[in-house]
Amino acid sequence: MKELQADLHIHTCLSPCAEKEMSPRAVVRQARTMGLDLIAICDHNSAENVEAACRAGLEAGLAVIGGMEICTREEVHVLAFFKDDHALACAQTMVYESLRGKNEPEVFGEQVVMNERDEVAGLNSRLLIGATDLGLEEVIQVIHSLGGMAIAAHVDRPSFSIISQLGFIRQDLGLDGVEVCSERPPEVPVELAVLRSSDAHRLREIGCRSTRFLMGAPTAPEVEMALRRFDGRCVLASEGG
Amino acid sequence: MRLNEIALKLGLEARAGAAGLEAAVLGGYAGDLISDVIAHAGPGVLWVTHQTHRNTVAAAVLKGLAGIVVANGREPEKETLEKAGEENVPLLVSGLSTFELVGRLHRLGLSGVER
Repeated sequence: MKELQADLHIHTCLSPCAEKEMSPRAVVRQARTMGLDLIAICDHNSAENVEAACRAGLEAGLAVIGGMEICTREEVHVLAFFKDDHALACAQTMVYESLRGKNEPEVFGEQVVMNERDEVAGLNSRLLIGATDLGLEEVIQVIHSLGGMAIAAHVDRPSFSIISQLGFIRQDLGLDGVEVCSERPPEVPVELAVLRSSDAHRLREIGCRSTRFLMGAPTAPEVEMALRRFDGRCVLASEGG
Repeated sequence: MRLNEIALKLGLEARAGAAGLEAAVLGGYAGDLISDVIAHAGPGVLWVTHQTHRNTVAAAVLKGLAGIVVANGREPEKETLEKAGEENVPLLVSGLSTFELVGRLHRLGLSGVER
């Protein structure tokens, strides 16, 4: 068992609100510089830069989990982490089917898809900043049906959080954890793992908050076991405010 | 003013919790963030919202609200209707936009919650 430092909520230049400097290679490089062992790429309602980031990670010796930050119908942000490409692709399809509208780059920002050499492969034209038609419970169910993990994002923020939108966290939702930002986080149901992550939209934000895990290896299945405190694995601490 | 009187005058349709329509309405509040409603709305308040999630009912019970009106032609989710029925929270719908509905509530003599 090892102590591993993870930042499980990082955007890339695919998110309209992220800086252009957030190319997959640059993100991986910065994560290495910050001493992270594991990162998750979670762009808004899309995973189209995950492949490039995973390849960059492979070259640089950094573990990268493919994920997404899904916006529910109630405008709650939910992080989804997946264990394999197929599950991620299925989640992507379901999210795209329930996402309406076209992006307006002048208003919201560009949505750049990159290849593993950090070259522009295309621009995503969907309104990724929008909300899906899927309710919170449906999103959690979709994630779980694909073997993924569902984490309520930045629950202590005044917008797009489960607490701001829905008032409180019901115990029977089946969440796998919550992500907090502030130093004194709000009360959450005790059985939920508490993660800290940067929600980085700029390179300098990567690793500003992170979570230390005790687990066998920097992989998604190990993270899942740690969230469930299974077989000696656990979240040791979450750091940064 | 009683909720059933308001419903009749503004054409609000009760979808669940109709047993509570006799309740007296003391004021109004509009908002889609449940955390905000929990923080600011109080007993006897009629809540106008776009939010259709089941947590609205829990917030209404918590704060002793007179009822919930889902505006703009939206429909509450099935679980929300069930929850409202169980908890006897009047859950109504209106085809009017929030702005228009709140305006008409004011004209009937309801006022907002003072902060």
